[in-house]
Amino acid sequence: MLTVALIAFAMFQYVGDPVSNLAGQDTTVAERELLKERLGLNDSVLEQFSRFVINAVQGEFGVSYRMRVPVRDLIAERFPATLELSMMSAFLALLVGIPMGVYTALNRDSWLSRSFMTLSLIGISLPTFLIGIFLILFFGVILQWLPTFGRGEVVDLGWWSTGMLTGSGWRSMIMPAITLAVFQMTLIVRLIRAEMLEVLRTDYIKFARARGLSERSISFSHALKNTLVPVITIIGLQIGSLIAFAIITESVFQWPGMGLLFIQAIGEVDIPIMSAYLLLIGFVFVVINLIVDILYYTIDPRLRVEK
Amino acid sequence: MPLLQIRGMRVEFPSRRGSVTAVRDVNFELESGEILGIVGESGAGKSTIANAILGLLEPPGIMSRGEVLLDGECIDGLPIELMRKIRGKRIGMIFQDPLTSLNPLQTIEEQLVETIKIHLQFGESEAQKHAISMLEQVGIPDPDIRIKHYPHQFSGGMRQRVVIALSLCANPEVILADEPTTALDVSIQAQILDLMRRLVRETGVGMIIITHDMGVISEICDRVMVMYRGDVVETGPTRKILGNPDHPYTRSLISAVPRADRRMDRFPLVEYIEAAGTPHKPIDVQDHWLGKARNFGGSKNEFLVSVKDLEMRFTTVRSMFKSRRRYLKAVDRVSFDIRPGEVLGLVGESGSGKSTVARLICGIYKPYAGQVVFDGTDLTSLGSRRQINIYRRQMQMIFQDPFSSLNARMRVADIVAEPIRFHRLASSNKEVLAIVDDLLDHVGLGAAAGKKFPHEFSGGQRQRISIARALATRPRFLICDEPTSALDVSIQAQILNLLKDLQEELQLTMLFISHDLPVIRQVCDRVAVMRDGKLVEEAKTEDLFNKPQNEYTAHLLKLMPRLHSHGAK
Amino acid sequence: MRDFLQRFFGGDLWWSFRSSPMVIVAAITTFVMIFSSAFANIVAPYDIFDLTQFNLMDSLKPPVWMERGEVGFLLGTDDQGRDVLSTILYGSRISLLVGFFSVISAMVLGIIIGLIAGYSGGWVDAVLMRIADVQLSFPAILIALLVNGIISGLLPGEAQADLAIYVLIVAISLSFWVQYARTVRSSTMVERTKEYVQAAQVIGLPQPLILLRHILPNVMGPVLVIATIQLALAIITEATLSFLGVGVPPTSPSLGTLIRIGNDYLFSGEWWITVFPGLALVILVLAVNILGDWLRDALNPKLR
Repeated sequence: MLTVALIAFAMFQYVGDPVSNLAGQDTTVAERELLKERLGLNDSVLEQFSRFVINAVQGEFGVSYRMRVPVRDLIAERFPATLELSMMSAFLALLVGIPMGVYTALNRDSWLSRSFMTLSLIGISLPTFLIGIFLILFFGVILQWLPTFGRGEVVDLGWWSTGMLTGSGWRSMIMPAITLAVFQMTLIVRLIRAEMLEVLRTDYIKFARARGLSERSISFSHALKNTLVPVITIIGLQIGSLIAFAIITESVFQWPGMGLLFIQAIGEVDIPIMSAYLLLIGFVFVVINLIVDILYYTIDPRLRVEK
Repeated sequence: MPLLQIRGMRVEFPSRRGSVTAVRDVNFELESGEILGIVGESGAGKSTIANAILGLLEPPGIMSRGEVLLDGECIDGLPIELMRKIRGKRIGMIFQDPLTSLNPLQTIEEQLVETIKIHLQFGESEAQKHAISMLEQVGIPDPDIRIKHYPHQFSGGMRQRVVIALSLCANPEVILADEPTTALDVSIQAQILDLMRRLVRETGVGMIIITHDMGVISEICDRVMVMYRGDVVETGPTRKILGNPDHPYTRSLISAVPRADRRMDRFPLVEYIEAAGTPHKPIDVQDHWLGKARNFGGSKNEFLVSVKDLEMRFTTVRSMFKSRRRYLKAVDRVSFDIRPGEVLGLVGESGSGKSTVARLICGIYKPYAGQVVFDGTDLTSLGSRRQINIYRRQMQMIFQDPFSSLNARMRVADIVAEPIRFHRLASSNKEVLAIVDDLLDHVGLGAAAGKKFPHEFSGGQRQRISIARALATRPRFLICDEPTSALDVSIQAQILNLLKDLQEELQLTMLFISHDLPVIRQVCDRVAVMRDGKLVEEAKTEDLFNKPQNEYTAHLLKLMPRLHSHGAK
Repeated sequence: MRDFLQRFFGGDLWWSFRSSPMVIVAAITTFVMIFSSAFANIVAPYDIFDLTQFNLMDSLKPPVWMERGEVGFLLGTDDQGRDVLSTILYGSRISLLVGFFSVISAMVLGIIIGLIAGYSGGWVDAVLMRIADVQLSFPAILIALLVNGIISGLLPGEAQADLAIYVLIVAISLSFWVQYARTVRSSTMVERTKEYVQAAQVIGLPQPLILLRHILPNVMGPVLVIATIQLALAIITEATLSFLGVGVPPTSPSLGTLIRIGNDYLFSGEWWITVFPGLALVILVLAVNILGDWLRDALNPKLR
């Protein structure tokens, strides 16, 4: 986490000149110095860094250069949209991906699993933005069934604005969520399949067969559980990367989330937004890692070794 | 009616280059309360028989002909649901490696209870009781506590007991044990074999033990079936097969087993199994380059190699603070000397630190403390790479695993030539190649071998390549780290013969490391015994085998499988 | 050499290649696409960099089989009157170029770091892998975006357009090296304990020589498989970055840029500007992926 903070800070520090960003063309040298003083740019690097960290912990990321609005407010406004979108597609990806992966591993040569594998190969070859464009073209432009941009009607709960309470909100969610889920889903299918095939070759599965256990019990309580140990880490990472892939989806569907904010910030070299976004993503990853560790601990008894 | 009967079994593995027949026309019977041994070297098709009986052949393998009769009832080709009622319930199976045979995520109890409930229609608490009594039967102390544990909390030997309990828990009539003790140390092997013999006597099951180890056969089996490349060559009572075999293959197999009871000059003819290529060409040291250029100025010292208070630690718990770090003393103040031309054996069970000693001497590891003195020079005090390389040239090593000790991406000639080129022992590339050809000839491979890659050779042949590489620097001192333990007995005999010949011809000094006491007896002049990193006894070979001074040595000698204990000849 | 060819055509790799029609089709497709984009200036009907060869009058013409279509423009024209087929050919040239170079530089960087980390172990390994872990927890696309953003921020405006391709290559390879480094490191750690490495140590070979001559050839197999799969990913990443508007400029368009341009016309009915480059991209990536998948299975004896 600290590493991420360091990178974010370094970006803040060395990329672009905030003074010339904030100040207009015709400010005098004296005014510039004043601005510098006010921003604390004349302090030592260490002091600046500790101030940066302390502010970040309090949720204070500075003021956007372009929009002249505190970054905190911008993020707070956009965060629910991104979170709803990525949770929805994570849910979709897991719900479809895990059963498909297990099925293809168990019935390696059936035509259904072959077509699943072909589909997943296509899925992995489709760039996220293209899926979005094709969906828009078919369901939005040609068939005109679904809205192609925005979140639809949003209900404001004060601290959280949700699109999940209105029909148009749900309808707007469908295409972005699918777009975002496809890539993750194919990854999960392939991963589960590969790991499960690996587990099915182990001695303890052979021994379980030789003891006459039922195929159901072998597949699910013996093989799947062992498959999950390595898979959980990667799925954890994948769910994290959903948030990053949301950048693309959001820009295709003009979804008003953090990703869209970020991409606009890059275009305008709006450093405070960029570093705040980075910190937030870093934070999300740390949380996910923590959850993965806890899951590990519950699944794998070997990690619970008493000292 | 026999309990289990196999008639005309044939197993094939179809592939795109034609079908490979793994087992050809096998017939045998097994009675209740009998232990049948199936013995043979790798690739003989022994394990395939066991898998075929249970219908567990790895695809694309199929049993193309023959019948399997259990209690007079044909069980091959049964639908999978019925087969499942036989697996575990009527025929149990024990696998080789206890470390991988148990599901790591379930407690012993879950695995036992699941198996018991399926086959015996017991309720939960009844199944639990039965599970605990099973563990008691296989000799696990405190079964009611241990049953709640996970596999990783058991040692290797204990896990194999759990595996046995699992295969026995539904009271099967037949047990198939596939190399049940191969992965275990000798002392544990003896315990497991005892247990299996007791269980057969108590429960009256019929047991088939599949092994490559003649020692196991002579310890436990009533009858033996000998297999060679998919064919049964001979079947009969153990005493008859071991004492007075009919078939030449059986004879050469038995003669290849190192004898524990006396020392022989060479192993008798073992050429039946694998043609070793051109036979070993004797070297006349007087006019051969291997002899000529070895002139290191003769040794003035009484000992060529001395090891003094050698110590090696591996960190087990890392910590920033010195006081919190934990070490494992892999080698704990070991000292010994080797005279020029002598072969010193180093014996111990796995984890005793014997391989670590070898790696310390030849510089792969750095010692924590102590000295390695080579011909009067303390190697640990040498600073520059140049100085060390002078001595590196004079000591070489042969490794245990013939499959990982050769770089798979290099041609054999380049592998053997590498040390010559690196130490600039030849003046031209032509000379290098001539030397390589010559070396390959001497280890019995023929010069044509140089153009091939390692994967085109068998384990024994690869070990010959390893020997050629080790000889390429014209060393005075050769370390052999379990050079034959990954090989079949017949190949082992050939390699040991080769090493003995080379040792005599080149007057090599050797450190020979092995866990196998009979092999040590055949090869070494003196023996040192190691346990838990410490040297416990050192003596002349014959003295040690006849009158061991140390309790542990005596214990090891007692456990040594004695092939001829049946009093043959 | 003849020996080698014989070994190759007699070997399992060739056999598994020949027995799978999908792989053959993929190989041919990849080859055709690489070839036609490499020689785009000969193959393509128009030179899109030559201002005299296109005319705003021809803009937004549909493909030839539709009403208003013209024989001269097989797949229609874009907003500037450029022939879509030609732009696709030139576009895939840039996509492939960026893909290849970023994979190669990521590979070199990853292999070096992986070898060093895997062989030396200890704190060197710990530090390098910690960096890799941190980077791995960020998706490649995000890293590429960041690197791209930072470099663009540092460069003066005029240079940005000229250097855009190099910036892309650097950004993508900086986000991809981790995969190689981790794979090479773990294989190196396995290889290092093997006895042939110890044999080399006993001979007295110095460490760099052991790494280069013994370990490197033995860890290359998985690296090549990753490289193929990464090539597909690199092409996708480049397209995505260009689509997001941080990649190559419209004056020297890649497939992603073309799709971005076309995206603006999606709602007004000129779908071909987007769809054809999109299809070209999918076919290219799919073909490379099929090859990579096949290579992985063919080189992994455990799966057979």
